Amino acid sequence: MSDATIDQGATRWAGKSDTEKAQADLNFGNVPPASERDQDDPEVRAGQEARLRHVWAEPKGWRYWSAVNNTEVGLWYTATSFAFMLFAGVLGLMMRVQLSAPDNDFLTASFYNQVYTLHGTVMMFLFAVPIFEAVAIILLPQMLGARDLPFPRLSAFGYWCFLIGGVFVCGSIFFGAAPEGGWFMYPPLTTQERFSPGYGADIWLLGLSFIEVASIAAAVELIVGTLKCRPPGMRLNLMPLYAWYVLVVAGMILFAFPPLIAGDILFELERLFNWPFFDPERGGDPMLWQHLFWIFGHPEVYIVFLPAIALLAMIIPTFARRPIVGYSFIVLAAVGTGFLSFGLWVHHMFATGLPAISLGFFSAASEAVAIPTAVQIFVFLATLLAGRVIYSVPMLFVSGALAIFVIGGLTGVMVALAPFDWQAHDTYFVVAHLHYVLLGGMLFPVVAGIYYYWPMMGGRRLSDKLGKIAFWLMFIGFNTAFLPMHWSGLIGMPRRVWTYPADIGLELPNLISSIGAFVFAAGFVTVVWDVLRPRKGEPYAERNTWNAGTLEWLAEVPDEAWGVRSVPIVSSRYPLWQQKNFIADVDMGRFYMPDAEEGKRETMVTSVLDAEPLQCLRVPGPTFMTFWAAVFLGAVFILATFHLWTLTLMTAVFAVAAILVWLWRGTALQPEKDEKDVGLGLKLPLYKSGPQSVGWWAMFITMTGDATAFVSLVFGYFFYFTVSPVFPPPMMAGEEIGPGLTWPLISLGLFAASWLAAIFARNTNSKGAVGTARLLMGAGVALSLAASAAMLWGPYVTGLIPTVHVYPATVWVLAIWAACHGAVGALMLAYCLARSLAGRMTPTHDIDIVNVALYWHFTAGTAFVTVATIALFPLAV
Amino acid sequence: MAIGNKTRDNLWTLITAPTIWGVHFLLCYGSVAYGCAPNENIFQTIGGFRIFVGGLTVVALAGIGFVFMRALGEWRRNGGRIPHEEDSAEVRERFLEFSTVLLAGLSFIAVIYTALPAAMMVDCR
Repeated sequence: MSDATIDQGATRWAGKSDTEKAQADLNFGNVPPASERDQDDPEVRAGQEARLRHVWAEPKGWRYWSAVNNTEVGLWYTATSFAFMLFAGVLGLMMRVQLSAPDNDFLTASFYNQVYTLHGTVMMFLFAVPIFEAVAIILLPQMLGARDLPFPRLSAFGYWCFLIGGVFVCGSIFFGAAPEGGWFMYPPLTTQERFSPGYGADIWLLGLSFIEVASIAAAVELIVGTLKCRPPGMRLNLMPLYAWYVLVVAGMILFAFPPLIAGDILFELERLFNWPFFDPERGGDPMLWQHLFWIFGHPEVYIVFLPAIALLAMIIPTFARRPIVGYSFIVLAAVGTGFLSFGLWVHHMFATGLPAISLGFFSAASEAVAIPTAVQIFVFLATLLAGRVIYSVPMLFVSGALAIFVIGGLTGVMVALAPFDWQAHDTYFVVAHLHYVLLGGMLFPVVAGIYYYWPMMGGRRLSDKLGKIAFWLMFIGFNTAFLPMHWSGLIGMPRRVWTYPADIGLELPNLISSIGAFVFAAGFVTVVWDVLRPRKGEPYAERNTWNAGTLEWLAEVPDEAWGVRSVPIVSSRYPLWQQKNFIADVDMGRFYMPDAEEGKRETMVTSVLDAEPLQCLRVPGPTFMTFWAAVFLGAVFILATFHLWTLTLMTAVFAVAAILVWLWRGTALQPEKDEKDVGLGLKLPLYKSGPQSVGWWAMFITMTGDATAFVSLVFGYFFYFTVSPVFPPPMMAGEEIGPGLTWPLISLGLFAASWLAAIFARNTNSKGAVGTARLLMGAGVALSLAASAAMLWGPYVTGLIPTVHVYPATVWVLAIWAACHGAVGALMLAYCLARSLAGRMTPTHDIDIVNVALYWHFTAGTAFVTVATIALFPLAV
Repeated sequence: MAIGNKTRDNLWTLITAPTIWGVHFLLCYGSVAYGCAPNENIFQTIGGFRIFVGGLTVVALAGIGFVFMRALGEWRRNGGRIPHEEDSAEVRERFLEFSTVLLAGLSFIAVIYTALPAAMMVDCR
């Protein structure tokens, strides 16, 4: 920046406060375009750095908690998941104390039930899955040379949902009110008050449903981040392997979590309102829950495993001092596992009496999934063999992980065979198997990741000495704890028993297991101590301390909040190894976006296949709105647990209001100019709508998840059709059954009209006919509300009572689902109308209505399938 | 963009073969589950469904085979060679073709695995 501009700024701001003066020095809005700056001039660079630092600075004082940047949110997310993990670890130790001796009375049976239920639930839902989201939120933008993910506020919202839901679920045990039904909550044990009194099951269902919202939010963020926020030149074949895994896993979350949400809805309707989805006496079937739970539950194992293996795919090349051998094979493994993992769910249900041929299909797929899983292990081994391995603490944990995981994988191949599984089902053999898989496949790699990435996050290396002690304690402790469980399982010790008699051969293996568990815990506490211990005097680690090749190691030590100094052009898989002068060029701001000329947070959007620059995306900064949205939404779920309906409705209104304020202020903002010079002679647009905008992708991905949940509910309908002798059931003679034809068809017509209104509103708006567009949006609101009302009127007017039988209950649940989508669609159209009236949406700046039209495509499809299922299908059979 | 082949590969062509596996799997399981429900007569034979599964398997294998041959042919004809780490749209295309070949191979094996139970089991036990 020239002296003249500084002087000008200084005079203009004379007499203003210090902050304003500081802002004036930064000269926002008066900086020449990036392409015209001389990056070799230190003064130019100092000005740029000051502006970037100011723009990306984390908020001070109590406002720190309004931060939305990936660095802060990712750190909170990671710390919170580890806190939950330690809590669940203590529960695990309590179980081991109880089981260390026969006929022990350390815990009561009921409390033991709560302890093991929460141990499994917390480890899976509050540690294993969230730690993936947490680590990905921190690492992904760094690896992609991006300043932030495309929706920072969504990440923050997801975090707050996770924290609130997690504290609610964990806290229940301090009131003796925790769920007791095991982490998979099988009905009818958990649906019927006589077996499961109290709020435990509701806390599990509502608390976790709320957390699932956070997972889906993270999935949307990570898919769009991987596909659209890569640095220019990072083609698909040059993407870091971690990004491939993140893409696959986020895609899996999108298809795995919605069936569980659908199951949760049915489950909670049964618990709260006595709708008999899982009650065989009224046509229900508990097997539907098992299907929905495991359609989620088995992919979840891979959702947990793949991101941890992804860390190995980053660590191994660094210490083997060479690029990965067989990049395409890793892609095969990640994508192949992602698909096959959806064909395994019934292997958790081998003992339920399904026909052997059904079991056969799932047994075959369970064996097949061993192929891609093993491929990646061999790729790692090949990379290590082909390189010159440097021994280090992260590598120690990597080798431990591989050893443990392979054992777990082999017992997995055993239990995938139905006849063996019938012997081992629900015994400690399965407990041993799943712990070998999850600790070897997830915990050890994550600890390897902590030792590897801590210098980047904390600025200093962790202690080698403590790391080695921790590793050996954990490795020996783990095997001592879990290897004997294979034995106690084969002797016949069932899972989830709170105690066992003496003299049946179980004392010794259990005592050994308990000792091992404490040794393992000591190892983990050593890791925690190593991370948390004060180390003021120690020197900082040098930058890129392990001499790695990928972009995340551009991070300065101590870290700068801007992410990358300039957004680099990438032309290789390991730019720090393979591109000459790379770090210096990034640091000198010789690549794109070396400045924050207008004082806005910006990151680059590129194309999917070849990462060609498309847009300079303005991302929103700190806000408390996401926090409030999460608090109110959390209150909705928590108050519903205790049946406080008035308060539930009130907080729901507040939650919607908070989300609307967040969207109104923070999304689809109109930039002050159409395009901007981002350096190197490149001009990029600041605003894009339609399939090129990140918002459109987010809507598309969210609605894909939404459609999956809907398909799961429809699956429920056809499941009952398949298992019932006559469905719809013959009711009392002469009475009409089902919702009839008239009202569902009227509703379908109205849904179609609202859909057309949304599409024409989008088209006329973009052609400049704003008046017509507004009229269409207004009409769309009225039409979609009428459509929703007609959808509900059908089953109401034909007298379908959902508590009588599962048939009316499924009809109602589908009708309510469609009606809710109509109501949300009406709200969206009303929002667009308001945006248009307020001048925040114009023919050229039309993200809102384009995305809402996309929403309406999905909603029209939902309405069509609903009506076809509840009104037309019964006529056809 | 000239990348010297007929099909422009992308993420959708990459997942075609495993998607065929997925559809095949669901139809196999769904048809037999429907055929045996409500599973009261466990000795009921399922000949028709086994033929259906067999036909479905032939179709699925043909589809996956086509994906495999298409991708392998284009990869070979255009001089594809691992490790696909150069910086060009051509190499990115070759990379996607090669990965498609690998996934098609895996899907082919997985479809055969899936079909095996139907080849061996004759009733709803």
